[in-house]
Amino acid sequence: MVTLKINGKSHTVDASPEMPLLWVLRDLLGMNGTKFGCGVALCGACTVHLDGIPRRACVMPVSAAVGHAITTIEAIGATPAGKKVQQAWLDLEVIQCGYCQSGQIMAAAALLAKIPAPTDTDIDQAMSGNICRCGTYPRIREAIKHAAQTPSSAKRGA
Amino acid sequence: MTMARVSRRQILTAGAATGGGLLLGWRLEAQARVLGAAAKAAPSVFAPNAFIRIGTDGRITLIMCQVEMGQGTYTSMPMLLAEELEVGLDQVRLEHAPPNDKLYANPLFGDQETGASTSVKVFYEPLRRAGATARTMLVAAAAATWKVDPASCRAQKGVVTHSSTGRTLTYGALADKAARLPMPAQVTLKAPKDFKLIGTPAKRLDTPAKVNGTAQYGIDVRLPGMKIATVAASPVVGGRVASLDDSKAKAIKGVRQIVRLDDLVAVVADHMWAAKQGLAALDIRWDDGPNATVSIADVVQGLATATQTSGVIARKEGDAAAAIAGAPAKMEAIYQVPFLAHAAMEPINCTVHVQPDRCEVWTGSQVLTRAQATAAKVTGLPLEKVIVHNHYLGGGFGRRLEHDYVTQAVRIAKQVQGPVKVIWTREEDIRHDVYRPYYYDRVAAGVDARGQPIAWMHRLAGPAILARYLPAAFRDGIDPDGLDGAVHLLYDIPAVQVEFVRHEEPVLNTGFWRGVGVTHNTFVIESFIDELAAAAKQDPIEYRRALLGKSPRARAVLDLVARAAGWGQPLPAGRGRGVSLLYSGWGSYLAQVAEVAVSKSGEVRVHRIVCAVDCGTVVNPDTVKAQVEGGIVFGISGALWGEVTLKNGRVQQSNFNDVRVLRINETPAIEVYLMTNGEAPGGIGEPGTAVTAPALANAVFAATGKRIRTLPLERHLRSA
Repeated sequence: MVTLKINGKSHTVDASPEMPLLWVLRDLLGMNGTKFGCGVALCGACTVHLDGIPRRACVMPVSAAVGHAITTIEAIGATPAGKKVQQAWLDLEVIQCGYCQSGQIMAAAALLAKIPAPTDTDIDQAMSGNICRCGTYPRIREAIKHAAQTPSSAKRGA
Repeated sequence: MTMARVSRRQILTAGAATGGGLLLGWRLEAQARVLGAAAKAAPSVFAPNAFIRIGTDGRITLIMCQVEMGQGTYTSMPMLLAEELEVGLDQVRLEHAPPNDKLYANPLFGDQETGASTSVKVFYEPLRRAGATARTMLVAAAAATWKVDPASCRAQKGVVTHSSTGRTLTYGALADKAARLPMPAQVTLKAPKDFKLIGTPAKRLDTPAKVNGTAQYGIDVRLPGMKIATVAASPVVGGRVASLDDSKAKAIKGVRQIVRLDDLVAVVADHMWAAKQGLAALDIRWDDGPNATVSIADVVQGLATATQTSGVIARKEGDAAAAIAGAPAKMEAIYQVPFLAHAAMEPINCTVHVQPDRCEVWTGSQVLTRAQATAAKVTGLPLEKVIVHNHYLGGGFGRRLEHDYVTQAVRIAKQVQGPVKVIWTREEDIRHDVYRPYYYDRVAAGVDARGQPIAWMHRLAGPAILARYLPAAFRDGIDPDGLDGAVHLLYDIPAVQVEFVRHEEPVLNTGFWRGVGVTHNTFVIESFIDELAAAAKQDPIEYRRALLGKSPRARAVLDLVARAAGWGQPLPAGRGRGVSLLYSGWGSYLAQVAEVAVSKSGEVRVHRIVCAVDCGTVVNPDTVKAQVEGGIVFGISGALWGEVTLKNGRVQQSNFNDVRVLRINETPAIEVYLMTNGEAPGGIGEPGTAVTAPALANAVFAATGKRIRTLPLERHLRSA
């Protein structure tokens, strides 16, 4: 049995240590927002956060996620950066088929959390691992910049 | 294309609807509860046609006959209905249509299909009429209630108001009465000047669920007791399982069953990880069959030989052969485009539950009735015992116009107790695609002393996809899809001949892509016209303009793109600009200018793409722009790198390591300019892709002086 902390909640699952986190999320826990795209960390559709760092769940053994805070698309809206990214995606009508967008949003949220005002080069580096076949890249770039300019609505201490 | 037509009456006449249905984004458990409750409560519903349902509770449900695969139909179709129904997009709920050719046939094809960039084009009028019919009946119901003239009432935002007294009734309050009224003999559609929605950049209705992971794709189906399977089908078309040792696979924890069929082996497991491990542990020996030794060179040779003989004439004006023979100068060239995979982001999948008396299918399909029919055929059940639940599609691009994966999943599910979700690995998805065909084209032109073309001959060889897919559309030996664009040549040339040599290469399954005929014909035409311009030492845009005297809309997009792109203005050293023009059966005109730089090692960097678009009447301008932007990105991937090759009958590519697609850091600045006019709506899902390859090839020529006539560009540029 493996115990994971996902989106702030503890989950215990019957999984072998080498089972990729992607299939634990999707097939054992029914959390389907994280997508299967390639299975070998080439497309980014399965991106989740481990302690805020974007990781490819399709190649991450579940044992490597134990003891870390896992965040998925289902809860990224609860973070200031994630909320801004989701809103920017809607404001700029980024999405087409949407299948890769969980991964895109997770990658973009991690970028903004780390670099609040990313340059084009920062965006290239953070997002070039995420494939979109609908070709939403120009809007993704604009939406990240748009999100970066959005004041955070999260409550801050004085 | 000319195809079977379905009468408007068939589209608009629907039986009385019952309540309930599958509402998007609802969980299956909830759906089951709703269905159960609906059956018991059986609320009174106003359903004047198959697209609109208004409950007495005020709930307005629009039924989506065209599927959503990213192209924005789940916004544009509601806009057409809502415009005439006089409701806001914020007031409606959407529902996937069930399979039903009688109610939901695409008028162009005669069955329920979402493809060929046709949704807005063919449903522009029928859906508005459906909305207007409902609105007319609701207004009539209000007028009858108040005993006033319907002309003295108006509908707005789901409410009918009696103008002089200010009395109001909501659509929900009127639903019961409206349902008892006869269908109006005729209804008046709004004049375009009165449109509130059509032509405005409406927010997409499908996106809120797509930013938070709740949107349900086929792959997200979960059912009680469901198993997960993954599959290895014969790596060679026509191959068979010769022998199988599954002992190691069966020993893997979570593996429940191995299904061996004639041409495939599937591992059924508790979860995908066990299924994948099980698949890797199988020891399968294949009998590769007749294609065991086929390589890509064999395919090319077969096509090259086929073009030695003349084909079926698809267009003829004057005597092109004689005119070329007698012309002061002659130019000829051979163009080739490769097999292409779709590589939609959602790998192919289909969930099936076969029971003795029924079969249920959950998937994402562009052709629901074909999915239903194949499941009925495989199970031997009558059609009405097959229930197909459609979902959002994680990309279609023509791949999900095929139902091969539904057939396969039902064959597997017949061997499994309970529901099973069959998921293809990405490798299986790439290697068992239904590929854009390889086409081989010969073109020739005779030019006069000034370099102007006086004759044009275009002979293309490839399979006739429609002969397989829609036989009624394959007439007189002509595949209208393969010839799309070629027969639409706009240039004013006195003698034109276009020929089709049907040549099937049954070594790979071939089908639709994001543009089939047009993707290759536009590449050939626009590259070759560029060659003629270069030989005549004329500016590529001026050369084209001079030949477009009879095509003002084409000339207008060309002029617009030239202005917007700064055509003729100096570029940094090493860069080149290329232009291309597109017109086809889609009915849209596009002109594009690409700016590229080519490195010493032959890498092509696309810096900027400018595209001018005239697709006639626009329903949702932001979606049109998005489709063109995305089409261009798809086109760049295909043109620079896309190809599927064969060795020993096997596809050599497997995943995104060798199916290279454009990434964000490689994406150029893309500018899209829409012309506005009142012409009939044209298709826009595919043209952006088709117009891109020739613009890039022409830009590469401008930058390097090298004319690349075979795609993909980069590989052939390196060997040029």
